[in-house]
Amino acid sequence: MLVAGGTDLYPKLKRRQFDPDTLIGLSGLEELRRVTGDARSGLRLGALVTLAEAAEHSALVQAHPGYAEAAGLVSSPPLRNVGTIGGNLCVDTRCNYYDMTYEWRESVGFCLKKDGDICLVAPGSPRCWAISSSDTAPVAIALGATVTLVGPEGERELPVSAPYRDDGIEYLAKRPFEVLVSLRLPPTDGVRTAYAKLRRRGSIDFPIAGAGVALKTDGHCVEWARLVMSGVGSHPVEAPAAGEFLAGKQLTAEVIAAAAELAAKPAKPLDNADLNHFWRKRMVRVLVEQALERAATQDQGVLGRG
Amino acid sequence: MAERQELKVVGRPLPRVDAAAKVTGVAVYADDLHLPRMLHCRILRSPHPHARIVSVDATAARRIPGVKAVLTGQDLPIRFGILPVSQDERALESEKVRYVGDPVAAVAAVEEEIAEAALRSIRVEYELLQPVMSIEEALQEPPDEPIHDRAYTRQPANLHRRVNYEFGDLEAGFAAADHVREDVFFFQGNTHLPMEQHSAVATYVDGRLTLWSSTQVVHYVHRTLAKVLELPMNRVRVIGAVHGGGFGGKTDPFSHEIVVARLAMVTGRPVKCTLTREEVFYAHRGRHPVMMWVRTGVTRGGRITGQHWRTALDGGAYGSYGAASVFYTGTLQTVTYDIPAYKFEGVRVFTNKAPCGPKRGHGTPQPRFALELHLEKIAVDLGLDPVELKRQNFVKPFTRSVNWLRVTSCGLEECTEKVLAASGYRRRERRPGRGMGFAVSAYMSGAGTAIYWNDMPHSEVNLKVDRTGVTAFCGAMEIGQGSDSVLALVVAEELGIGPGEVRLTTADTDLTPVDLGSYSSRVTFMAGNAALEAARRMRLLLVEAVAEKMGVRGDLSEIEVGDGRVGDFSFEEACELATARFGALSSTGSYTPPRMGGPFKGSGVGPSPAYSYSACVLALEADARTGLVRVERVWIAHDVGRAINPLLVAGQVEGSVYMGLGEALMEEQAYRKGRHKWPSMLEYKSPTFVDMPEVETFIVETIDPEGPYGAKEAGQGPLLPVIPALNAALHDALGIWIDEVPVTPEKVLRALEAKSKGQPPRHGPKGFPAVDYGAPIRVEPPDPRDMRVGEELEAAFREAEGRRLC
Repeated sequence: MLVAGGTDLYPKLKRRQFDPDTLIGLSGLEELRRVTGDARSGLRLGALVTLAEAAEHSALVQAHPGYAEAAGLVSSPPLRNVGTIGGNLCVDTRCNYYDMTYEWRESVGFCLKKDGDICLVAPGSPRCWAISSSDTAPVAIALGATVTLVGPEGERELPVSAPYRDDGIEYLAKRPFEVLVSLRLPPTDGVRTAYAKLRRRGSIDFPIAGAGVALKTDGHCVEWARLVMSGVGSHPVEAPAAGEFLAGKQLTAEVIAAAAELAAKPAKPLDNADLNHFWRKRMVRVLVEQALERAATQDQGVLGRG
Repeated sequence: MAERQELKVVGRPLPRVDAAAKVTGVAVYADDLHLPRMLHCRILRSPHPHARIVSVDATAARRIPGVKAVLTGQDLPIRFGILPVSQDERALESEKVRYVGDPVAAVAAVEEEIAEAALRSIRVEYELLQPVMSIEEALQEPPDEPIHDRAYTRQPANLHRRVNYEFGDLEAGFAAADHVREDVFFFQGNTHLPMEQHSAVATYVDGRLTLWSSTQVVHYVHRTLAKVLELPMNRVRVIGAVHGGGFGGKTDPFSHEIVVARLAMVTGRPVKCTLTREEVFYAHRGRHPVMMWVRTGVTRGGRITGQHWRTALDGGAYGSYGAASVFYTGTLQTVTYDIPAYKFEGVRVFTNKAPCGPKRGHGTPQPRFALELHLEKIAVDLGLDPVELKRQNFVKPFTRSVNWLRVTSCGLEECTEKVLAASGYRRRERRPGRGMGFAVSAYMSGAGTAIYWNDMPHSEVNLKVDRTGVTAFCGAMEIGQGSDSVLALVVAEELGIGPGEVRLTTADTDLTPVDLGSYSSRVTFMAGNAALEAARRMRLLLVEAVAEKMGVRGDLSEIEVGDGRVGDFSFEEACELATARFGALSSTGSYTPPRMGGPFKGSGVGPSPAYSYSACVLALEADARTGLVRVERVWIAHDVGRAINPLLVAGQVEGSVYMGLGEALMEEQAYRKGRHKWPSMLEYKSPTFVDMPEVETFIVETIDPEGPYGAKEAGQGPLLPVIPALNAALHDALGIWIDEVPVTPEKVLRALEAKSKGQPPRHGPKGFPAVDYGAPIRVEPPDPRDMRVGEELEAAFREAEGRRLC
């Protein structure tokens, strides 16, 4: 099993959610720590760039502020100093029946995702509903970023969304021994990004819902927009209907509200994360609105505000 | 000895005496102890909320290389519990388990991992019983069997304790009212969440047992070890290791302390056990979930004429302090408000959850939350300003309450003035989504009675002076509240030296005289008074020796003590002169609170030699769309009598605000499928630094006549008003009542929905369950001006009793 920052893996080893025979540390791979490129040509981030570095990297902040902001909203400062951008894309799906000690899980009865054969959140379900909890994936996907995977069969570059699968257990379709080595963010080219995160506290917590937005306008109307949500399904959930709706429209308050309503539809929070899931479902709309408003106001005066 | 005019070190914002060791990481906490040949212990705990133990087979575990001993329930059959009336725990259960986390077996091995692996090979056969997971269920007759034996509880269903008191004529009180209001409230349970997990290390050498533990109560652990291990107390030594936080969670004797002691005796090697974070959630003894019903009669002008309370506490699986906790849900209401007729009915039930006990404020934050909100609602009913309504009912200093609690110094008015002025509460902007709330509270400066009945002092200090300087010995346990600093400051003040010159030996039952422990906000008051007495006695010896040398006779008051000098001599020279004059020098001091309670059974819970007072205004922003609440600022004033160290007092006040906000907004000991829903520091939500608002602290000094230099408590009281102030502010902001804590955004939205549908704009419990509280004990109220205590009071009771019998 591969480990970079270890902020996700090590606590899980203690709780026996993983019991690998071998851990392969990636931290010696210096070439994966670099950020290359610029806003004009696009940026390539090595997978071992820490979340703290990404959040403060000036070219990155300038090029894709929404991505940098998402990186800066992961967990807490000490963990962002160690946790990596590659790790955050690969972060294990979460569920409060699963992210517990071995003894606790044994007591309540093991679940599908580890050591058991039923889903405790949805006992009738044949699948696992653990939640995709990456803060950085939504904006990266919305941006149309790509990841490079290197394995015994060579190197391949894929859209960030490609490896994710809507399955709490097999949430990441990497090939055996494949390593995520870099993330390539496209040139800025007038694209605006924003990320809004819902969590109970101002630090530490994983997203219980998150909305990433990337959009481009012709100075007046939206040319294209992509919305991707975190924390509402087993994979980063895209909202193509909302994107299509926004195309050709001015970002007025009414349009934003209508788009948020569309975006929130595919979100299906279950009772396996913090706070009440009906409330979380209601909050997805609010988050999408916040993200759209923030993306819109990155350059006020150009965009219409209703 | 006359009070001196000027205090030299008392009242100064000096750093803690233990600051450097703690912030540089050199302090040795219990888990930092590594002794030669030390073994590691892990405890097997029940995975079931309620089950009979059919059999325990540890054969396989004993065979594992590296395992040195395995204990099961049969090895530790003697029951214990913090209160003599609740001896209902075993270090390892052998007959049944009562919550997920109940200890069943223990392993000592050369490595912690081996001990852990060995646990997995212990076979325990259980026969599952129906778990009881709520107050309502516990009030019903259980489907199979009660959680505890009826022979022990002597109560129906799963009831643990019932209390029922009526002080004064309640019926007349309500008859005199122009308006009567009833409300129901619920306060969810929550836990202490100390940074340090519980940890203990034991050795057994030459027939002597030594235990280092992260405990708040070395004396009570000492007693419990002697009892369960059947050792004479002089063979047991308990040392309080440097402590990483308790907040009431380390105030009981615990299974792991007994287990490591027995394992050390069995193996002849040192044994350590440090609980995992999950185990800390199970050790618990935290805030009881409490359902409350309150009915109050008031005059048109808002004067309280009578009040009636019903409370129901979810005690979890064991007694712990619960027999006292149930009293505390009904006792201290009368210490802030003058209530002429008062009835209180309380019940504590057993459930199959981690046992509840004392957490900061012990049993009083729940009714304080309910009372303050209830009065806010009455003010709305009457069209009165809530602050003025509360204020006209404030108790007066030096009065006795209807339930016989003696109030001495009382800074309620001053505290209220401070926070009203600083916050601009009266001039606040009225805008939807923004609000301010006001609340007051009171707390005890130490319980007037010990955990176990005895006539001995509650705190004792020995002072040793020799040619090398001065050392203070006291059983008081420094748990971060600053008791070591207070001890040093008091001794330094009296002997005219700097606090850094006072050496301290504390919380070691072999070396120090007894202090009952760091609970009930008693240490500054009681150990402080004991230290004061010891230091003043020592001071006399030094002055006498110096006077003789100086040729001063008669009035010795001209011999000044201070700035490191005694008269014409340096402090060191004075010590030498006194040693030469008197031989080995030591002095002692002790403190015993006088009898203060009323002439009725159960009057021991509530009386305290002094009460602290707090007032709080809290400002918040609440979003009607999301239900999210952001606390902007908290103004809090605390009557501490005198701040022996204002930095420590401010630290306690701010820490209390922090803890109160956590309870108000997020903390929740929640259960699902019979298990604690989130026994982890990530999932159990407690505020972080960035969630903390600005806090403005005002220290109010009323110079209590009995506290050391006039000091009262500061460690618990300031938590109390924060929670109701938040809910009151939420009403101010959105016009809704959230009649339970924690206040989650979902509850805010539910109340707003109810409001928009024209229903009562609230979220909270719908009713209060039917409870048979039995017949009340009726108590004649005292004369409110009767300030008598101790012998005088007891003589009066005897006289009254004599008259009654004639």
